[in-house]
Amino acid sequence: MNEPLLQIKKLTKVYGSGLTKNKNTLVALQDFELTIPKEPAKIIAIAGESGSGKTTLANLVLGLTMPTSGEIFFRGKDVLDMDRKERKDYTRHVQAVFQDPYSVYNPFYPVKHIFDIALRNFKLAESRSQENELIEEALNMVGMQSQEILHKFPHQLSGGQRQRLMVARAYLLKPNLIVADEPVSMVDASLRATILDIMQKLRDDRVISILYVTHDLSTAYQIADEIYLLYQGSTVERGEVTEVIDNPKHPYVQALIDSIPDIKQKWSGEITALDDEQLRTRSDSGCRFYYRCPYRMDRCLEKKPELISVGKADHHASCHLYSDPPD
Amino acid sequence: MMDTKTADKNLERRQVALDLKDLNVHYETPEGDVIAANNVSLKIFRGEILGLVGESGCGKTTTAMAILRLVQPPGRVTKGSVVVREEVDIFNLDDQELRSARWKEIALIPQGAMNSLNPVMRIRDQIADVIRAHDGMHAKSELKERIAELLHVVGLPSRVGALYPHELSGGMKQRVCIAMSIALQPTLVVADEPTSALDVIVQRVVAQTLLDIREKFGMSILIIGHDISLIAQLVDRIAVMYAGNLVEVSPLKKIVEEPLHPYTKLLIESIPSITEKKPMRFSSGITHDLRNPPPGCVFQSRCDQVMDICHKVVPPLLEVDSDLQVACHLYGNDE
Repeated sequence: MNEPLLQIKKLTKVYGSGLTKNKNTLVALQDFELTIPKEPAKIIAIAGESGSGKTTLANLVLGLTMPTSGEIFFRGKDVLDMDRKERKDYTRHVQAVFQDPYSVYNPFYPVKHIFDIALRNFKLAESRSQENELIEEALNMVGMQSQEILHKFPHQLSGGQRQRLMVARAYLLKPNLIVADEPVSMVDASLRATILDIMQKLRDDRVISILYVTHDLSTAYQIADEIYLLYQGSTVERGEVTEVIDNPKHPYVQALIDSIPDIKQKWSGEITALDDEQLRTRSDSGCRFYYRCPYRMDRCLEKKPELISVGKADHHASCHLYSDPPD
Repeated sequence: MMDTKTADKNLERRQVALDLKDLNVHYETPEGDVIAANNVSLKIFRGEILGLVGESGCGKTTTAMAILRLVQPPGRVTKGSVVVREEVDIFNLDDQELRSARWKEIALIPQGAMNSLNPVMRIRDQIADVIRAHDGMHAKSELKERIAELLHVVGLPSRVGALYPHELSGGMKQRVCIAMSIALQPTLVVADEPTSALDVIVQRVVAQTLLDIREKFGMSILIIGHDISLIAQLVDRIAVMYAGNLVEVSPLKKIVEEPLHPYTKLLIESIPSITEKKPMRFSSGITHDLRNPPPGCVFQSRCDQVMDICHKVVPPLLEVDSDLQVACHLYGNDE
C-alpha cells in the first residue's frame, strides 16, 4: 500500500501540566488527525484565530515541541521514535518557513550564509561549484538571481524578498514537506501574490506538499487544496477548500467567513460583542464553541461533538447540528 | 426628502476638521535624510472617516504622528502645517497649549493600542487620569458615572473599570483605548492600525465600535491601515500613500470601482477574494531608496504604464473634483 507522506494521529498538546500537576492547564491541541498523501502534492491550510492551536501544530510537526500524546508518522516512521540518522533525514525533508522575515536572519552575515550552512549541514554538495549551482537553482525557483542578491545583507532587502529567500532556502534541501507558518502575514499586500504563487509552483512542479498555517481564509481559498479549521485546539471543520468556504457547516466557521471584510460590499447586520470570560472553557466535555454558538442545544454541553461527514468529498464538521439526536 | 438630507450632510461635511498642508517629515541617517512624508496635503471634514492606506514604510504612521506633533528624533518635521477646526494651529502651540490640545482636539489610538495601557493601573484609573488632566478635578461619583458611560459607549460592562489590562482580551483592551480617546470628545480621532493583530470576528466588533462613536458624537476619524478591504468597511474616503507621497485621495465607492492611480489599481487587484478564485496580480520591481528618490514620479520603478514624462516630472496631486485627487501623468491635460 502507498503509505502517506505524513500521518498525524490523535495528536494532543497540553501546556502547563508537567510534574507540578498544576490545575491551570491549557489544551492547545486536542486529538488532531491529518493525513497527507505522498502524491499528488497538496497545499493544506491550517486556519484559525489566535490561540486556536495552529502554530502549536506547526511546532509539533517540526519537532520544536513534544506532544503530550499522539503520534506523527513520516513516510511510515514514527517521528518521536527515530534514531539519530533518521531524525536528521526527517529534518532535511521537512522544512520550515516562518512568519517574520525580519528576525530569522543574522544581520551580521550576507544572505548567502543561510544557504551555506544549510548545504554544509546536510553535505549536499561536493564542491564549491556544485554548491553554487544548487543555490542558483533554488534562487531561480523564486525568481531571483544569485549575483544580484547573495552578497547583500538582510537590511538591504525588502520583507518580500527576504521571505522569498527563506522559501528558496527551504527548497534548496529538496524537502517533501514545507511547514509554512503565516508566511505572508508580514509581507505587503502587493508583494504577497509572488510568494503565494511560488508555493503553488512548488506543489505543481516540484511535488512538495505544504502545510500552510494561516489566519487569513482568503489566501487559503486562493491557493490551498484542503483546509482544516481549528477552534481552541480542535478541528471544527475540514474538507476541500472551495467546498468548505463556499458552503460552511459549522456555526463558528459561518461566523468567521461572514466577518471577513470584502472590499466590494459592506458587512450586513450587527455582530454582538462576546462576553470574554465564557470563551475560555476549560472543561474537556462538551463543545468548546457552546457559549458563542447561536444554535446551542443542551446536548452540546454534555458531549463533545465528533467530526462527521457533512457533505460531498471529504467535508467534515464537528457539530451536533448534523449528528442524529440520541433516542 | 432624500435630497435635503444629503445636502445637509454635505454642508456639514464641508466644515474642515483637519487641514494638513505640505507636510514634510525627514528621518536623519548617516547616509542622508529618509523622506518619510513629502508634501502631504489632506483635508478631513467634520464627521468624516478617512482611511490612510499604503504598505509598510510608506509614511502613513509618520504622517499620523506628525499631526499630533509626536515625531521623535531622528525624525523631524521640515515643513508643513496642521490646523484643527480652522483655528488651532498645532505646530504653533507652546508646550502647555499642545498638552491641552492632545486628547481634547486630537486623540490618538496608537498602533498596538492594547500594549499602550499601563499594566499596573486599573482601567478606570487610567481613564480618570485623562479626564482629570484635561478637565480638572471632578467629584468621585461624577467621574465614576462618566467612566461607566464611556465604557458603555464602546460596549463594555462597567465592571471592566475595576480590572487590570491583563485580565482583558485584545479586543476589549482595544475598546478601552477607544473609550479613552473619546473621553474628551475630540474633533479628530487618529487610529493607527486599530484592528491589526485581532481575529476577524473581534476585528469586526472593534470596527463597529468605531462606527458607533462617529454616529454618536459626530467626530472625524483618521484610520490608518494596510488592509484595504477592512478599511473599506469603515471609511467615506480613502487616501493612498506610496513612498512618502499621497498618490490618490478618493471616495470609497469610486476607488473600489474605478481606481485611477496605477498603484491603487495594483493594491485593489492584489486583494485575495473569498468568493472567486482568480489569478493573482503580480508586481515586479522594488521601491527606490527613500533617501534618494528618482526625479519624476515615485512609482516609476514599479509602474506598468510608465511613460517618458514619469522619469522627469513629478506629477502634482491633481484635483479632479473637490473629493478626488490623483497624482499621475495619465490624468490631466498636459499635451
